[in-house]
Amino acid sequence: MSLMDLFRKEEPSTASVAKERLRVLVAHDRLRHNGPDYLPQLQQEILAVIRKYVHIDDQDVNVQLEHQGNTSVLELNVTLPEEAQD
Amino acid sequence: MAKVIVITSGKGGVGKTTTSAAVATALALRGHRTVVIDFDVGLRNLDLVMGCERRVVYDFVNVVQQEANLKQALIKDKKLDNLFILPASQTRDKDALTIDGVERVLNELKETFDYIVCDSPAGIEHGAHMALYFAEEAIVVTNPEVSSVRDSDRIIGILQSKSRIAEQGGTVKEHLLLTRYNPERVARGEMLSVTDVEEILAVPLLGVIPESEAVLKASNQGVPVVHDSDSDAGQAYEDAVARYLGEDRPHRFLERQKKGFLQRVFGG
Ligand SMILES: Nc1ncnc2c1ncn2[C@@H]1O[C@H](COP(=O)(O)OP(=O)(O)OP(=O)(O)O)[C@@H](O)[C@H]1O
Ligand SMILES: [Mg+2]
Repeated sequence: MSLMDLFRKEEPSTASVAKERLRVLVAHDRLRHNGPDYLPQLQQEILAVIRKYVHIDDQDVNVQLEHQGNTSVLELNVTLPEEAQD
Repeated sequence: MAKVIVITSGKGGVGKTTTSAAVATALALRGHRTVVIDFDVGLRNLDLVMGCERRVVYDFVNVVQQEANLKQALIKDKKLDNLFILPASQTRDKDALTIDGVERVLNELKETFDYIVCDSPAGIEHGAHMALYFAEEAIVVTNPEVSSVRDSDRIIGILQSKSRIAEQGGTVKEHLLLTRYNPERVARGEMLSVTDVEEILAVPLLGVIPESEAVLKASNQGVPVVHDSDSDAGQAYEDAVARYLGEDRPHRFLERQKKGFLQRVFGG
C-alpha cells in the first residue's frame, strides 16, 4: 500500500450504488405499471412545452405519482440546464 | 380453513423451489396437513428437491384436465405422513393450466389440507399468474441484488392488482424472504443489506436465509434443507415458518459468524 492510498477519497460502496439505482428504478417502474395510462403522454407533452423555451433532455422531466389516503399527488420535477438558471 | 400461499419472485433462480420445499416441510413438521404444488409446467423441479421424482405417475396438469384424480396424482412425502406433493408436468406446454381448472383443484385440496403451498415459475407470464391468482398470502423470495429486488417489486404490484383477492378489492398478505444472503459481503459493502431491501420493497420481513452449502447438499440428496436441523439455512427456514405461524423469533445469520476458539485454531 502506498502512502497516497491513505489519503485517497473513499469511493461509495457498490451496495450503496445498487441501492440508489434501485430507488430510481423502482419508483419509475411503479409509475409505469400502476400509474394512470395517460402519464407517459402527459410527460411527453410537458417535455415538448418546456422545449419551446429551453433545451432539456428526456430524463430532465421526472413525473411521480404518490397516493396519500384518498388523494393522489402528481409531483413534477424539471431540471433546467446550467446556463438557464440565471 | 385451508390457506393458499404462493412462493413467488419474478426473477428466476432465486430460491423459490428451495423455499417451497422447505416451507411446506416445516409446516408439516409442525403438524399441519400440507400440500405443495409445482406450477412450473414444462420444467418440473420440485419433485427433485423433495426427492420423489421416481414416484411421479400423474401430475397437476392431468388433474386440471381431468385425466386423473387427485388421489392418483398426489405423492406422499418420504418422511412425513401429513405432507403431499403435486408435481408439474414435464411435457405439457405452459398454457395447460386454466383459471377454472386450477380453482377446481384448489377447492378440492382445501377440503383435506391446512396449507396449500404454490411454487411459482419465474417471470410474470401465464404460469406465474396461475400460481398467484388464488393466493391469500405470498412469500416473495428475493436475493440481495438489483435485478431480483426490482422484479420482486414488480411481482408485488401484480399480486396487488391481478390476484383474485385484489380484483375483489382486498389485499394479499405479503412476506419478504431474503435468500442467499452473505453477511460478510454485506459488511464489506459489496451486497445490499436486509435494511436496504426492506426499505425499497416496504414489505414485512419474514426471514433471511444465508447463502449456504447445506442447500446444495440437500438438493443433491432430495431432502428439503429443514431436515438438516444443524445447518444455518435449515434453521433459518425453520425460524421463518415459526414466525409465519405467529411465533416471535429474533433474526439470526444477519451478522458475520464469529469464529469460535476451536474454529480459529483448526480453521473452517
Ligand atoms: N440459500 C441458498 N444458498 C445456496 N444456494 C441456494 C440457496 N437457495 C437456493 N440456492 C440454489 O440456487 C439455485 C436455484 O434455486 P431454486 O431452484 O430454488 O430457485 P427457483 O427460484 O425455484 O428457480 P426457477 O426460477 O428456475 O424456478 C439452486 O441450485 C439452489 O440449490
Ligand atoms: Mg423453481
